[in-house]
Amino acid sequence: MSNSEEWDLIVKPKSSWFEFNFKEIWRYRDLLFMFVKRDIVSTYKQTILGPLWFFIQPILTALTFTIIFGNIANLSTDDKPKFLFYLAGTTCWNYFADCLNSTSGTFINNAGIFGKVYFPRLISPLSVVISSVLKFLIQFMLFIAVFVLMYFNDANLQPNKLMLFIPFLVLLMGIMGLGLGIIVSSFTTKYRDLRFLISFGIQLFMYITPVILPLSQFKGLMKKVVMANPMTPIIETFKAAFLGVPKDYAINGLFYTTAFTIVVFCLAILIFNKVEKSFMDTV
Amino acid sequence: MRNTVIKVENLGKQYRLGDIGTGTISHDLNRWWARVRGKEDPFLKLGEVNDRTQKGISDFVWALKDVSFDVNQGDVLGIIGKNGAGKSTLLKILSRTTSPTTGSYKVKGRIASLLEVGTGFHPELSGRENIFLNGAILGMTKSEIKSKFDEIVDFSGVERYIDTPVKRYSSGMYVRLAFAVAAHLEPEILIVDEVLAVGDQEFQDKCLGKMKDVSQQGRTVLFVSHNIGAVKNLCNKGLYLRNGTMADIGSVETVLQSYSMDMEKKFLSKDLTTREDRKGDGSILVKNIEIVNGFGQQTDTLNAGDKFSLKINTAKIKNFNNDHFYAALIIRDGFGDRLTTISSDFSKTKISLKDENEITFDIEKCPFSTGVYSVSVLLWSEANIIDDLENAFSFKVIENDYYGNGVSQGANIDRFFMDYKCYAK
Repeated sequence: MSNSEEWDLIVKPKSSWFEFNFKEIWRYRDLLFMFVKRDIVSTYKQTILGPLWFFIQPILTALTFTIIFGNIANLSTDDKPKFLFYLAGTTCWNYFADCLNSTSGTFINNAGIFGKVYFPRLISPLSVVISSVLKFLIQFMLFIAVFVLMYFNDANLQPNKLMLFIPFLVLLMGIMGLGLGIIVSSFTTKYRDLRFLISFGIQLFMYITPVILPLSQFKGLMKKVVMANPMTPIIETFKAAFLGVPKDYAINGLFYTTAFTIVVFCLAILIFNKVEKSFMDTV
Repeated sequence: MRNTVIKVENLGKQYRLGDIGTGTISHDLNRWWARVRGKEDPFLKLGEVNDRTQKGISDFVWALKDVSFDVNQGDVLGIIGKNGAGKSTLLKILSRTTSPTTGSYKVKGRIASLLEVGTGFHPELSGRENIFLNGAILGMTKSEIKSKFDEIVDFSGVERYIDTPVKRYSSGMYVRLAFAVAAHLEPEILIVDEVLAVGDQEFQDKCLGKMKDVSQQGRTVLFVSHNIGAVKNLCNKGLYLRNGTMADIGSVETVLQSYSMDMEKKFLSKDLTTREDRKGDGSILVKNIEIVNGFGQQTDTLNAGDKFSLKINTAKIKNFNNDHFYAALIIRDGFGDRLTTISSDFSKTKISLKDENEITFDIEKCPFSTGVYSVSVLLWSEANIIDDLENAFSFKVIENDYYGNGVSQGANIDRFFMDYKCYAK
């Protein structure tokens, strides 16, 4: 008689390779929301300036870059206002790095919770990415404010219709960061070596992305490396949209980046599904 | 006929022993290569029965193997077994925190476990925020938590601190709040792991009380415990795990019986002079321990209420700088819980050292109820421990007629008896 009965849950040792249980994640959407809230709220608890830190961080970074790279080292910014140029770069880059960095610790950081209670594991990295998006939006507003201020002070800026791509860029960066982060996280459960690699890996990654140097300043082999970097078209398009830097490459490159992101994300889900079943035994 | 809510089929879980590090990659590659060729996982063939005490040949063990059982709705299933028998592994698999290596199981309804009390509490967040966070982690929706919020705060008794970060809570308040959330989960199936119920007596009672409530509401409970009394009281079904395999399943009485029978085997009498696992300086050796009943006969079986004597025979091996020593017997129940100690020190009995000593403890009425009891012996002098032997001797109590009126008392639930006088006006 039990054959005809309906089971709410069937657990088997091996599952299909690709399963993205969206229904289950939807059922736990409240948890997703709570995690996002926890991330945002807890970050600036017991600070005086509180959420103001969201603004202070990018301003200080851009300011440092302006002084060191712009004024002392005198690096080119394609004749655009230096501060805005660096602010554009760091706002985007920080968002991506944040997504990658925090999702890459998914399994290790949450081992305590994961070991005791079940919920769809993907909730955890997803929530981190959503809080990063929120953080980005706040910082993006700061960027817009600075941009508007400079635009009306007759700076050399040519905002254009590439701006329509901005939401798509945000999505791309989020998914790419999530995908790469999940892959790293899945491997670190067993091999902790990656954990040491990831933090300075992200920094090195930044130097082959046109965050500080504009794309036009890279030459020869370095140029090829930078062009192969899927983050390059995103940052370039972002800058092109607001500042109006040379943009012939940017749009074509976005196709490459989109394809790369899709492949990485599929691979990530695949690996994640494999690892989440048994990671408690190896973590 | 009642519904089956959990159906477990041939469940198995294999663990790799030792460190993960060098060699893991080669194992992983080996496995992968075998899979590519469509062959069986080479390491699944290895692995042996999980016996902690014996050194194995393989690096892989089965923490759980071929476990199959059904649980009906409303059952309270007590899972018993020694440490390392696979109880917690089974619960982990059922609560989906790890997946089985082989086999499968099916579940109807929501599973929640009281082993995750306080999971995911964030120290920086207030009690209020943590109730929502923790509730969501345990699988409640926001509206569910909202509707039970006042009840949870009431139950926890920390209302005054509800907007204070939980890092400022005392550990007691922390646990109370955490438990209050878990207790209001109202799952169809509840898992309780006693090992993790680390709180004080009040908290443990609350846990057990909650379990009773849940089972009375016709919901299903899985209960892991070493406390045989609690299992007997609360459960109607039992599952006995031994070294990762199912030793027995059925009604709680029969399962407990087969469990304690196994425990008896452990205590089969041994020749004490050949025991190697003794501690102490060895100047005196415990040769023998025996029980003599009220009729002067040597025995290992008693009834509750019987008069009996415990006798220790010792032999002097070498002299030491004292002319007397002390002796004590420590009595434990079949599950290793220490019950009581009788000592020549307590009774101010002087034992003068001779070539052979006989020390006798007379017990007027055996206070223990049905079960197996082990006796450990300890000899010492002012200076140091002379001989210390764990589980030197065991005896059984088989009948609970403590008051000698021909009626067995306590229906195997009470653990000990005492003398009393009763008055009525």
